[in-house]
Amino acid sequence: MIVARRQAERLSVLDRPNSYIGKTVPRPNLDRLMQGRGLYVSDIELPRMAHVVFLRSPHAHAKIVAIDASAAKRMPGVIAIVTGRELAAVITPWVGVLSHLKRLKSAPQYAMAIDRVCWQGEAVAAVVATSRALAEDAGEQVLVDYEELEAVTDMQTALDPKTPVIHPALGDNLAFERLHDTGNVDQAFEAADEVVEAEFVFGRHTGVTLEPRSVVADWNSAEGRLTIYQGTQAPHMVQNIAALHLGLREQQVRVVCKDVGGSFGIKVHIYADEMATYALSKLLRRPIKFVADRVESFNTDIHARDHRCKGRIGVRRDGAITAFKIDDLTGIGPYSMYPRTSAIEANQVVNLVGGPYTTKSYRARARVVFQNKNVMCQYRAVGHPIACAVTEGLVDLAAIRIGMDPVQIRKRNLIADDAYPCASPTGLRFEQLSHQACLTKLVEMMDYAGLRAEQATLRRTNIYRGIGVASFIEVTNPSAAFYGVGGARISSQDGVAVRLDAQGSVICQTSITEQGQGSEALTAQIVATVLGVAMERVRVILGDTDNTPYGGGTWASRGAGIGGEAALQAAKVLRKNILDVAAAILQSNPAELDIAGNAVVNAGDREPRIELSELARIVYFRPDTLPPGIQPELMATRHFVPREYPFAFTNGVQASWLEVDPETGFIRLLKHWVVEDCGTIINPQLVDEQIRGGVVQGLGAALFEKCVYDERGQLTNANMADYLVPMAGEMPDIDVGHVVSPTRESELGAKGAGEAGTAGAAAAVINAVNDALGPFGTLVTEIPLTPQVILTALGRL
Amino acid sequence: MKASAFDYARVASIHHALEMLSLHGEQAKLLSGGQSLLPAMNLRLVSPQILIDIGDLAELRGIAVDSDVLRIGALTRHVELLTSHLVAAHAPLLSDAVKHIAHPAIRNRGTLGGSLAHADPAAELPACMLALNATIIACGRDGERRIAAAEFFQGIYATALRPDELLAAVELPIARQNSVDFFQEFARRHGDYALAGVAARASVASGGFSKLRMAFFAIADRPVLANAAAKLLNVAITPELIADASVAFGNELNPPEDQQASSSMRRHLASVLFRRCVEALLARGRLYGGAG
Ligand SMILES: Cc1cc2nc3c(=O)[nH]c(=O)nc-3n(C[C@H](O)[C@H](O)[C@H](O)COP(=O)(O)OP(=O)(O)OC[C@H]3O[C@@H](n4cnc5c(N)ncnc54)[C@H](O)[C@@H]3O)c2cc1C
Repeated sequence: MIVARRQAERLSVLDRPNSYIGKTVPRPNLDRLMQGRGLYVSDIELPRMAHVVFLRSPHAHAKIVAIDASAAKRMPGVIAIVTGRELAAVITPWVGVLSHLKRLKSAPQYAMAIDRVCWQGEAVAAVVATSRALAEDAGEQVLVDYEELEAVTDMQTALDPKTPVIHPALGDNLAFERLHDTGNVDQAFEAADEVVEAEFVFGRHTGVTLEPRSVVADWNSAEGRLTIYQGTQAPHMVQNIAALHLGLREQQVRVVCKDVGGSFGIKVHIYADEMATYALSKLLRRPIKFVADRVESFNTDIHARDHRCKGRIGVRRDGAITAFKIDDLTGIGPYSMYPRTSAIEANQVVNLVGGPYTTKSYRARARVVFQNKNVMCQYRAVGHPIACAVTEGLVDLAAIRIGMDPVQIRKRNLIADDAYPCASPTGLRFEQLSHQACLTKLVEMMDYAGLRAEQATLRRTNIYRGIGVASFIEVTNPSAAFYGVGGARISSQDGVAVRLDAQGSVICQTSITEQGQGSEALTAQIVATVLGVAMERVRVILGDTDNTPYGGGTWASRGAGIGGEAALQAAKVLRKNILDVAAAILQSNPAELDIAGNAVVNAGDREPRIELSELARIVYFRPDTLPPGIQPELMATRHFVPREYPFAFTNGVQASWLEVDPETGFIRLLKHWVVEDCGTIINPQLVDEQIRGGVVQGLGAALFEKCVYDERGQLTNANMADYLVPMAGEMPDIDVGHVVSPTRESELGAKGAGEAGTAGAAAAVINAVNDALGPFGTLVTEIPLTPQVILTALGRL
Repeated sequence: MKASAFDYARVASIHHALEMLSLHGEQAKLLSGGQSLLPAMNLRLVSPQILIDIGDLAELRGIAVDSDVLRIGALTRHVELLTSHLVAAHAPLLSDAVKHIAHPAIRNRGTLGGSLAHADPAAELPACMLALNATIIACGRDGERRIAAAEFFQGIYATALRPDELLAAVELPIARQNSVDFFQEFARRHGDYALAGVAARASVASGGFSKLRMAFFAIADRPVLANAAAKLLNVAITPELIADASVAFGNELNPPEDQQASSSMRRHLASVLFRRCVEALLARGRLYGGAG
């Protein structure tokens, strides 16, 4: 591990004897999950609980003429059949726009369709019964009379005058447009020796969480309170929005989030069917469970990507990149999602293209259009894979054109590691990145020269292998600049409360959430380290709006950087409070004491002075023995939000080594490397597995995953047999290396690591495929890179 | 995704099973490993009123060699094919093929009889039966019927089995001294149904073929034998001859189109497979001492 220069000057509260920071320690929740004692929403059974099944539109766009539920209502076990119109009396509609995304527009969306459906899978009626199976039986008996309308499916023609406007009140199908121009772009292209262009196409895909979206909503009319059990990444956001649309005060809504089986951004949004479930509970005054099945998941979990991006790059013969230009188009379904909006991905593409490079001249346009397909929104690494594939694809094309090695052109143009702080052409501010150090380390890890030699040798025997490299930047630790400034009630700060209990153990409540990435582990590691207690002594509570401080949750690679710093600061205060009491008890001076091994010790000779359990006993049960005037505070709460930088950018570089069979179009991934810089590493294994998991999702996009719609807006592969997720058999070994440049915005110094893997994986693969196919003179710029795509590009079909 | 309600009967004898089948007719489905039937029921693509579970029928189990015939019972699970020494010795094609069927959890339950009766055009085992010239033994109330594999598969999920029959076993001629097997498929991921695949058995002598049965799957509504293989029989094999035959084979086909592959891509992949299969069979023939 290369430890960047500034690390040494920064001995902090984390550099303590027996520190857990930087150590791979097992996660506290592992045994519970491995022994099958996790508690997922579908495990929850409440008295009088009923199950809802949503009847979903088979059409992409249709008028609802009539709904006849009379036969269905007589089916066994049926409690109620509720239409969109009936439910609208309980819950108000919403519009997914934010004010900082200028001129973003969308139409009011209801919990269930009222008189028109806008995508295949939109709910039109709710069937509530005593079991899911009975509700499905009854659902088959509900007769819905539809009048099909023309579906807008192709984003490339969505803005044509001939194309119907999905929401006439909006005037056209353009949801959002962003233009960016640094100025002097034409001149910069003129100054280039070569200008290269390409169009990059990204398939629509989705997150495919192992546990589907699930909710149990329990309206207790006696208490006037709604308890929502939900696998969500952002409990306080759900609390705020459920309250707002059900006409309740936030205090009347409690969101409980126990174990979550994967999220990846899928579970950070407000879905119409989940809102409908809350409303049904209120309407029917009983607990209602909704667990999406796999077909529903494919039809209603947010989709992502689906961009067509034209790119252009100018390069001088000496390798200097003079300018970038992009024109990006994406279709987002019929509504902008609530509350984060569906304009963010395109916005990120504009923000991030060219980001790793010194090139100053950049012009961009992004257009976001409505279509009659499932809604699209933020999924792991929002916008990054697109920006990265376009940028890195263009850089490789430029290198090929001028006959320069792909590593060389990157060395020539990546921002120098001593150039910080600086900003990107779109004004993103970089505190401290390490592109050059990462690239140097990558080249060494992969033995770049050796692979090039191997590649050349194998080509002589008609084996076509390729190397692809992709540098990237990643947005992490977002401040209010992401959502808050646009009016969204999505907290960018997080809070942690720590307290010493009566036996000297520690209870820690945090507002970040756990979906498998290790939030619980890293919180315990930080608190245990700062306090000086064993990790087993720290119990972390999260995912409950009644029982944690207010905060954002876990998304946008923010949990460790923001929630972790709040934990650190809270633990520091508690430590000070403990030492104050200890000094009073021991008639010593707090500065001469420390905590280590669950006891207060002498700071100098480390001699134990008093066990924390003994200190706690005195504080809680014999406060009468303390000196007068001492009021111990063995609980401390701190909040944190980054203020100086809107985002803590991280960076890294990935490489792919693969083989293409030009006869069959099949690609075999042989190896993948990532070097990344997420600042302070709290738990190396958790970081590495975040990177690997992220890479695998990126490789899924590169080779396999695509939601295939036909021209009538029907999703034709909404099942796990036809929608191909990446599986272990096809995955290469993934080697992960690190460069560490801690952020100075926090004492912890951690930036995020959750999305870096996904950001650059597809780009590396596309570049490697084109490198492998170099001798054939073909260029492939469309993912997923299916055998069909490769063979078509090679002209073999 | 919950199946509609159904009745369930676990039968104690073949006779009992056949009785139930004729009693319930179209409303009944035999349940074997359940790896194709149950997913279809959960998706409500089929809603039988009664499942007749044949899992207890010892008569349908077992792998045995009787003179020059290898007999495999319908309830033989994929994993048993994979680990059976008799299969490895006498029908190595099957041992190779089974590795490509789904994943261990599914192979632990899915059965030979279920796979053949289900007759998915992209399934491995039906093509193997065709390549190995198997006889499929059906049991009805009037007794046994022996059906050649070439007659058994009749279309997508369609076979020569009558609604009141069950598949009891298959019989395969055992591998001869100079016979070589080859199996390969192109699937997007390990365990997926193939985009195109081949199962072949050949007799190789003096660097040429005296017998060559190449059964292709996932390129038509049922597994099909390559007629073009005839061009390669009892002649000196040259690369040009192989190329010609593989083109001719491509022309025999009119493959279906789906999300994974267009018709022309399937034809292309099948031709590539044809060539690779022939080359591999020849190489194996030499390796195993077929003079050459
Ligand atoms: C995820 C997944 C992936 C798969 N991938 C593959 C693959 O790559 N290749 C492949 O070939 N298969 C694949 N399969 C299917 C698997 O091989 C099944 O086991 C097989 O197709 C059916 O066998 P079964 O014993 O499970 O039959 P069942 O599902 O029990 O029955 C299938 C059909 O056959 C009928 N039937 C069963 N036994 C008899 C009998 N003795 N006589 C008459 N009719 C009978 C049933 O009534 C039913 O209609 C996959 C399955 C899954 C779930």
